[in-house]
Amino acid sequence: MKRLTTLLTLLTLSTSVLANQFAIVGGKVHTLSGQGTLDEATVLIKDGVIESIVSGSDVPLGYERIDAQGKVVTPGFIGAYTALGLVEVGFSAGQVDASTTEHPVTTIGAAIDVSYGINADSTLIPITRMEGFTSAATGIESSEYLFKGQGAFIQLTDDEPLLKPRAFMALSVNNSSASDAGGTRGTLWVALKQILSEAKFAADFRTSNSLIPTQHWHGVSTRTDAQALYDVIRGNSPLLIKADRKADILNIIGLKSEFPKLNIVIVSASDAWRVADKLAAAQIPVILNPEYNLPGAFDTLGATLANAGRLERAGVKVAIGIETHNIRLATQHAGNAVANGMSYDAALAALSRNVAEIYGMQDTLGSLAKGMRADVVVWSGDPLEVAEAAEHVFIGGQPTKMESRQTLLRDRYLKLQQDKPMGYIRP
Amino acid sequence: MNYKNKPTWMLAAITATILSTTTLVGCGDDADSQIQTTTTDKVVINPDPFPSTYTPIPSTTTLITNVTIIDGIGGMQANSQILMADGKIVGLGAEIDTPDDVMIIDGAGKYVTPGIIDTHSHLGVYPSPDTRSHADGNEMTSPVTAQVWAEHSVWPQDPGFQRALAGGVTALQILPGSANLFGGRSVVLKNLPDRTVQDMKFPDAPYGIKMACGENPKRVYGKKGGPATRMANVAGYRKAWIGAAEYKAKWEQYEADVEAGKDVKAPKRDLNNETLKGVLDGDIIVHMHCYRADEMVVMMDVMKEFNYQIGSFHHAVEGYKIADKLAQNNVCASMWADWWGFKLEAYDAIRENIPMVHAAGACAVVHSDSDIGIQRLNQEAAKAWSDGRRAGIDISQADAWQWLAANPAKSLGIFDQTGSLEVGKNADVVLWSADPFSTYAQAEKVYIDGGLAFDRSAPDTWPVSDFELGQIGEGDHK
Repeated sequence: MKRLTTLLTLLTLSTSVLANQFAIVGGKVHTLSGQGTLDEATVLIKDGVIESIVSGSDVPLGYERIDAQGKVVTPGFIGAYTALGLVEVGFSAGQVDASTTEHPVTTIGAAIDVSYGINADSTLIPITRMEGFTSAATGIESSEYLFKGQGAFIQLTDDEPLLKPRAFMALSVNNSSASDAGGTRGTLWVALKQILSEAKFAADFRTSNSLIPTQHWHGVSTRTDAQALYDVIRGNSPLLIKADRKADILNIIGLKSEFPKLNIVIVSASDAWRVADKLAAAQIPVILNPEYNLPGAFDTLGATLANAGRLERAGVKVAIGIETHNIRLATQHAGNAVANGMSYDAALAALSRNVAEIYGMQDTLGSLAKGMRADVVVWSGDPLEVAEAAEHVFIGGQPTKMESRQTLLRDRYLKLQQDKPMGYIRP
Repeated sequence: MNYKNKPTWMLAAITATILSTTTLVGCGDDADSQIQTTTTDKVVINPDPFPSTYTPIPSTTTLITNVTIIDGIGGMQANSQILMADGKIVGLGAEIDTPDDVMIIDGAGKYVTPGIIDTHSHLGVYPSPDTRSHADGNEMTSPVTAQVWAEHSVWPQDPGFQRALAGGVTALQILPGSANLFGGRSVVLKNLPDRTVQDMKFPDAPYGIKMACGENPKRVYGKKGGPATRMANVAGYRKAWIGAAEYKAKWEQYEADVEAGKDVKAPKRDLNNETLKGVLDGDIIVHMHCYRADEMVVMMDVMKEFNYQIGSFHHAVEGYKIADKLAQNNVCASMWADWWGFKLEAYDAIRENIPMVHAAGACAVVHSDSDIGIQRLNQEAAKAWSDGRRAGIDISQADAWQWLAANPAKSLGIFDQTGSLEVGKNADVVLWSADPFSTYAQAEKVYIDGGLAFDRSAPDTWPVSDFELGQIGEGDHK
């Protein structure tokens, strides 16, 4: 115990002397902001935020220097659609907070709130962070309910990851959801509109305490569900709808005209390129995996590698990154979108600024500009190249350790012939 | 790769064909009806009852000039040339005697490599679309089903074959799934889908067998009579090998008796044991799904106990922990670059697995196990290569390409025909738009046996499966 106390004292001391001024010097900086891309620039970080981004390599006194000559600097990338912090090992390995079973508190799934399930000790966080991802949207992956509940927006730090609880609501209207929700889209869509109408009613009469337990409530959704949808129905919280087939996407566009305040985002969206102009006109962004190009079901027959580029050209806001353990590969996904027609700048935005905008976080992160959170990554080269890697990752103005359980395993086994059992080798 | 004390795969296949002269009962209803027992005729089992009907597509004598060539066996040459004629590679290097009538392709700024070979695919047996109707990859009715053959499940209209072709894949092994201790025979295909699986079968490729370690068999059979534990998995393999060894001995006794002129009845055929005997005879290559290091080492002991050879561990996410032992035992490891954590036995995956296995002198293979991943295996190799370099494992790009063609070809027993750019080998060749270790590189032209199977610049020529014909996106940029 005494030793632990000493250690804690040391940690406290080291925290108090942490540097808070950093200069990332001379790199090619993709600001994703009004400053565009600067071929040789210096990013000054002070007190957790970007102080300035200036051309050249001059650094004022008092800044800890990080050499980025010949390297590339970007905002920290954002996992667009993940279950980070909610799952350690998904399959046959104990509790997973990214999937649901039935509970009387909800009949439709909207009430579920993942913010209580986020585990800052998850090994996925450092593994993802050290590859240039500094924040993420996280939510339920698997649900038999129509809705997947309320997701959260997190930073990939070891402490206090929650940046925004109840940051979005998710649901799915694709083939498998129709199969779960009454067996047909004919039931699913009627149910969805009924649920949104109930939420709208509940929201409109919120001040009259219509949802207190002593009042009668005969909704398809529970009171808690309806309450969870307040912010969605008023457009304050984005509604993420997973859909692929053209007809489903058109239904979603129709839903938006019926409930104009809804802030809808389409997820997966294999066929979105076929209605790209309509999506652009309805200002509906899309989160997708641009590598998905197979007819995996009868609602993804139009899947193509060209989807992301075609949507971009039509003026649709595109975000890239649907994964959890390997959301770190979203950079590769974006690179393949570029190889198949997306512009490079749009691909970078799809990993950063666009994601921030979808979740209403654009005033603090997703781009590099004066006053923004200093979530900054220095890359060995083009971050969309599979052979390049993140070298420095700053979150909230602090450098993070470029180490994970995976790098420790690697280091333990780099030399196989040891004079002791491997358990004694502590890298 | 040296399969010591075993006949070579090729020799075994040829020998078996020559021996298969027995007159079979016409239109036999079951296996037994194929047995002839007379005093004069020796019963010989036809080792190739579903023979390949593959024919290469027509080819033009083609010369690619000014190109960087990665030969797949450690060589890399800038400003080089490759000449293909009659389905073979006939010239390589700066100086080639070129015939007059030749199509010349300027490869300036581009790269040529051997066609990619995937040792682990379920295309056709778990095709797109993913439906219960066509999900034919796992015979989950008993833990030992060596009698089933993946080729009898392959649906050649899976659009995944065409997608893989656009990624430079020229040959691939289709495996049964990993639910069973013994999942059944695999089949090696040329990536030129046609009307039947026989049209795709790689001529003279040996058969493989899928085996599986770990949690899949125990999960599937834990409440269906076992195995329910890893220890019961191992008991299951050993029991099966004991049976197979008895079966093999019976047939060898029978053959010896016939040779000695005795009037004997042939043993009753058993399709399960026939496949297992093929492994013990060295004719069928074992491909074993195995994640954990400790389990792989147990399996290499089982291999020695029953005197067979494992060709390749598949997935082998902990290969790096026992890379030295893989090398000592001549067992390849077919691996992903970075898949991890989806199950506990994949929890210790690291990004440097492939280069660490390679650096220990073992045979490393990049595999997909995915209809998406198979479309860019070059990128998987690039990730592993660069991750290795950052960890201080300095492997050249030229050596790293062995993971994509030469080593897979060796682990499938087809390296005498393909897997490298060498004069005399099949012209299974990819022309890349740029350095194939880049995300932005794309396969521009893919040749299989010298025939231009995919030409990115000519969308009208792209193959389209029956399934996609008349559907949305037919012939689209995929």
